[in-house]
Amino acid sequence: MEPLQIAPGIYSVGVRDWTIRDFHGYSTDLGTTYNAFLIVDEQVALIDSVKAEFADELLAHIARVIDPRRIDLVVSNHTELDHAGGLARVMHRIGEEKPLYCSKMGAKNLARHFPRKWNYRAVGTGEELRLGRRTLRFLETRMIHWPDSMFTYVVEDGILFSSDGFGQHYAGPETFDDETGERILPHAKKYFANILLPYTGLIEKLLQQVEALRLDIRMICPDHGVLWRKDPGRILEAYRTWCRQEPGRRAVIVYDTMWHSTEKMAAAIHEGIAAEGVSCRPMHLRAFHRSEIVTEIFDARAVVVGSPTLNNGLFPTVADFLCYLKGLKPQNKIGAAFGSYGWSGEAVRLIEEELERMKIPRIQEGLRVPFVPEGETLEACRAFGRAIGRAVVESTAVPA
Amino acid sequence: MKRYVCQVCGYVYDPAQGDPDNGIAAGTPFEKLPDSWECPVCGASKADFAPEA
Repeated sequence: MEPLQIAPGIYSVGVRDWTIRDFHGYSTDLGTTYNAFLIVDEQVALIDSVKAEFADELLAHIARVIDPRRIDLVVSNHTELDHAGGLARVMHRIGEEKPLYCSKMGAKNLARHFPRKWNYRAVGTGEELRLGRRTLRFLETRMIHWPDSMFTYVVEDGILFSSDGFGQHYAGPETFDDETGERILPHAKKYFANILLPYTGLIEKLLQQVEALRLDIRMICPDHGVLWRKDPGRILEAYRTWCRQEPGRRAVIVYDTMWHSTEKMAAAIHEGIAAEGVSCRPMHLRAFHRSEIVTEIFDARAVVVGSPTLNNGLFPTVADFLCYLKGLKPQNKIGAAFGSYGWSGEAVRLIEEELERMKIPRIQEGLRVPFVPEGETLEACRAFGRAIGRAVVESTAVPA
Repeated sequence: MKRYVCQVCGYVYDPAQGDPDNGIAAGTPFEKLPDSWECPVCGASKADFAPEA
């Protein structure tokens, strides 16, 4: 538990948020952590802060190592309030005049969160700060995932403080990857799919840049979840793979239903897809959280969306899901739409329009069934599913 | 004069306004921006911009 020495003179002093279940619309079934780090050298540095309501807990962790007033400087890798919210309390305690290192965008964005005029020191890629025995080197990572984002690397210890990069929303008794083993990876993947997906092009460039810098990375410390100590290469490799967004031989049926008719269609379509040997999970929008659905879609080739028509429009949960998915700009998908309706039936066309905006090509014309599907219409659903299944098989590699 | 959108963060370069914070006068068309110019929000390069649809 915190404070925990992760390397000589370097402490993890952040907090575990065991109870949060909704992180701005992302489901955090096991909570999350807000990691922060203290480096005790000739100059004492605090790397990042925590959510405002946990600031006192952070300061208590620091106080077990050193009097917080002895902190000489703060590095803020990211302005978002789960990492900067506690700054007001921290700066008040350590001294408002102490320098606060951040990116140029960080200085701009922090000033828009905190009215107090702090002693901002904007740093750019490659700039270094000598703490004594140790050197901090900064690396801007704009739009991974905010304009202000940056990494801080401790040259002598080979530790990369990577802000939200390589993070996971996971709170457990463990602090390191060797304590969780491989079971932490699905949490890292969910984080990637729901937070970083729109920026895969930039992440690929960043990974190349990091490789070219030939940093001796011995530990990666993100601001959420466990620290990659045993094998930092494992998460770097996973990111390289995930950036390619190569779909598996899988489909996801995302739907909602009013009187079980669209649900019956989903079941028959599922049968058809599965009959073609494609792994497929039907996901009811009020049974699965949107962030779980996106994680499932991340690995899939086909996104099949079903909605009843409600008052001439989409069912609200379907609209919510499409809005969320569109923002994440998923690549390499194909799609199809279906739904039951009473008298007007606009929902299927509306789904298709949204898929088109996402540049997700349509496998086939959407399938609409008036009121309750049965006999022939259910058969049409199965055939619809089979066509989706075939399209997935034709456009994906044989599963390993 | 055409407006250009940053494909990374969504910032819109409006030639009528320019980018005075970074020394670009109002009335400067996108094509006349120096190659070293970067998106003032996210730092993307000129090549990451596309004409507004």
